Amino acid sequence: MPLDNAEQLPAAGLSRRGFLRAGAAAGGGLLVGLNFAATAAAQSAAATEGVLNIYVTVGTDGAITIVNKNPEIGQGIKTMLPMLIAEELDADWDRVTVVQADADGAKYGAQFAGGSFATPMNWMPMRQTGAAARAMLIAAAAQQWGVGAAECSTAPGKVVHAATGQELDYGALAVAAAALTAPDPATLTLKDPADFRIIGTSIPQVDTMRILTGQPIFGIDVEVPGMKYAVYEKCPVFGGTLVSADLDAAKAMPGVIDAFIVRGNNSTEGTLGGNVLEGLMDGVAIVAENWWYANRARSVLNAEWDTRGESASDAEHAAKAAEAFASGPGDVLRDDGDVDGAFEGAAKTIEAEYSYPFLSHAPLEPQNTTVAVHEDGSVEVWSPTQNPEPGRAGVALALGVDPSQITIHMIRNGGGFGRRLNNNFMTEAAVIAQRAGVPVKLVWNRQDDLRHDVYRPAGFHKFGAALDDQGNLVGFKDHFVSFGQDGRPHSSADLAPTTFPVEYVENVRYEQTLLPLNMPTGPMRAPGSNALAFVFQSFLDEVAAESGKDPLQFHLDVLGEPREVVMTPGFMGPQPGFNNARMADVLRIVAERAGWADRASLPQGTGLGIASYYCHLGYFAHVAKVTVDANGGWAVDKIWMVGDVGSQIINPTGAVNQCEGGCLDGLGQMTLGLTFENGQVVDSNFNTYALPRINKMPPVDIHFHITDNPPTGLGEPALPPVLPAVANAIFAASGRRVRSLPMSGASVASA
Amino acid sequence: MAFTINVNGADHTVDVDGDMPLLWVLRDELNIKGPKFGCGVSLCGACTVHLDGNAIRACVTPVSAVGDAQVTTIEAIGETEIGAKLQDAWLEEDVIQCGYCQAGQIMSAAALLANTPAPTDGGIDAAMAGNICRCATYQRIRKAIKRAAGLDTADTRG
Ligand code: FES
Ligand code: FES
Repeated sequence: MPLDNAEQLPAAGLSRRGFLRAGAAAGGGLLVGLNFAATAAAQSAAATEGVLNIYVTVGTDGAITIVNKNPEIGQGIKTMLPMLIAEELDADWDRVTVVQADADGAKYGAQFAGGSFATPMNWMPMRQTGAAARAMLIAAAAQQWGVGAAECSTAPGKVVHAATGQELDYGALAVAAAALTAPDPATLTLKDPADFRIIGTSIPQVDTMRILTGQPIFGIDVEVPGMKYAVYEKCPVFGGTLVSADLDAAKAMPGVIDAFIVRGNNSTEGTLGGNVLEGLMDGVAIVAENWWYANRARSVLNAEWDTRGESASDAEHAAKAAEAFASGPGDVLRDDGDVDGAFEGAAKTIEAEYSYPFLSHAPLEPQNTTVAVHEDGSVEVWSPTQNPEPGRAGVALALGVDPSQITIHMIRNGGGFGRRLNNNFMTEAAVIAQRAGVPVKLVWNRQDDLRHDVYRPAGFHKFGAALDDQGNLVGFKDHFVSFGQDGRPHSSADLAPTTFPVEYVENVRYEQTLLPLNMPTGPMRAPGSNALAFVFQSFLDEVAAESGKDPLQFHLDVLGEPREVVMTPGFMGPQPGFNNARMADVLRIVAERAGWADRASLPQGTGLGIASYYCHLGYFAHVAKVTVDANGGWAVDKIWMVGDVGSQIINPTGAVNQCEGGCLDGLGQMTLGLTFENGQVVDSNFNTYALPRINKMPPVDIHFHITDNPPTGLGEPALPPVLPAVANAIFAASGRRVRSLPMSGASVASA
Repeated sequence: MAFTINVNGADHTVDVDGDMPLLWVLRDELNIKGPKFGCGVSLCGACTVHLDGNAIRACVTPVSAVGDAQVTTIEAIGETEIGAKLQDAWLEEDVIQCGYCQAGQIMSAAALLANTPAPTDGGIDAAMAGNICRCATYQRIRKAIKRAAGLDTADTRG
């Protein structure tokens, strides 16, 4: 009997129901679940192929093939998830080949790269998948030897019977094992972590050699028979409609095959599920024999757009924010205690305004997708997407085909950072391929990418804090000016009413004012947190300075005594809420590692800054060391990071790589900002959107504080504290507060 | 117009507009996909290849300017001693995140080590300044270059 174990699996520390169903609510129809048993049909084929379940195939030569179900965006998932399976399978890693799954939610459950969710969602299910395959191999050996399965064990790549000294290679058992019924996962015993041989060892990404030798493994490298190349010219102002374009001029250009107009829905609303067409905008498609010919022909299109008088700009947003602060109060998000009373009775009050700009994800591989619309009406998509299912929905609607007719091959992403959670490039490619009547590879240029992103939203904060005569924080308020409509913030433009220090200060008020916005916003690595950590942790450092306390001590005092951890609703169901003791620990440890107590001995102009942040279930505290010279020139000398992401670092080299990446990503955000004028993004390339280069990467000291908690993800939580740690170090070094980003990379004087 | 260029030791003839950058001749005409497109205007280094051993940005090099020069791409850099050492070092230091920039990084590093067998940190910064890694693998790139050069990989800057 094939096992449908989707309802039987426990999920690591999470409610099973929440685990299995949660995706539907948050991910636009994604179903989180696990169904690793081969189907009945697959099982009969398995008898010759050694297919033990949908993830594991053992060849008769002992070679093991493991399927990676999630999109690879550079986070190392194609290595990490198979490591979990291989560990419990007791595989010899050197004999493992990893293959990438297509998008198939019914088979694999949720398949997306976002929210640092892969580790908490897959830690148990992937291990159980491997353990189930191992149990089948053991059962097959036991049958062959006529002994009880319980008497058998495994060594890497083989089953052993200790009593008789017999051994059988997995390859010799593959066919027999594949004919067996998959076991009930509830009966499986997982390895004691002390026995891990693969988990916890540093393993390079499985595609490393292919990358180092230039093999075509990225989305932009896809070639299919008969394929042509396409560009898509859109209105630089979001929501603009096409009035006219000189299609004949474009068609007359060398190498051009066709040029045509595509009508979109021109909506800028939502990104994930909110807009099923995934932002298809009016535009002109040019199809050519070579991408460069297509791109060059854009210059003769002479497209005229109706931009509906859109004139919004950074200056206008800033002016409106100032107005909102002056006219006060916004919509109340949270009002605890007696805030006004606390401020009136305070020994000291502090006020400060903070702001940060729009940011683009700018993954180095420009957006692209290849689509073939086949004669039978089926559609084949090759896409570097982080989130294929909303893309499928968009393509189905745009082409008028059933979602089941669409095959999506998930191709390696040249960086994601959240950008490819939105699939507007996929929809565009599908529409163009259908109309062109040939397979088409659509590739955006860098200007398309910067001007048609789903942006990290800008934001403005007016903070207040009240201290008692002991320097204790007794009141806190924030008026947040953000973007949204009808009282609903746009994607990633919200302030959770539970944001720290709520519940750690008696009197707290958060207010919000939402400004209209004509551009799409969406999640960018550590969404929300990447901005909120900067403003909250920088302002708290200002308050600490006014309190007369050591900033570390101030933070520890606010956190207070360890509290009971309450379960809170989360993406995957109830999850443990903020644990102040874990945060206090990483703060103490990072201070220790960075020599915080001795910082008075640093030379004049050099200072340490400390900051911490909790997001994506991870606890991180950083110290930055910054030197500011007499002219205001500043440089980050070093960053120390301490993170608590639970009991196990699965692939240490990958984990450290993610933290190093988060470090410079955060540093880059100190000086990066898009310019927004006349309703459009002005930046068109890396000259003005100046991503940090090698000289900006400081030495980083990274330490994981191992605790007895379920392992959680690392793609995001290391980033947010970088910005305030650096800003606070700039203050310590120079006395200057960085309250408005982007700051100049050349001088703190303009900060 | 027809152009014959030598790429990785083999001659190829293409019939394209002479303004077409080498990058698109390689990628779309010759199906040599190692050099990558990142910016198209010499700002990111993803398209870096060698022209007679010198690192150049293929996205701004017209095919008509290649002439008789030998084009070397990431696909063949492992055939050189320096290239092979760099690939080993890249694997050893587990440099890669998304990997998209890495072909260009290795090509720039190979040109650096060919001219400067024992580069300083400042020399590495200067030679690699044109290559963006959006994933920020710079720490490991620095170490891998030093490893390939047989230098101490410890970061002495902090
Ligand atoms: S694509 Fe050539 S330098 Fe960026
Ligand atoms: S590894 Fe992703 S851009 Fe360098």
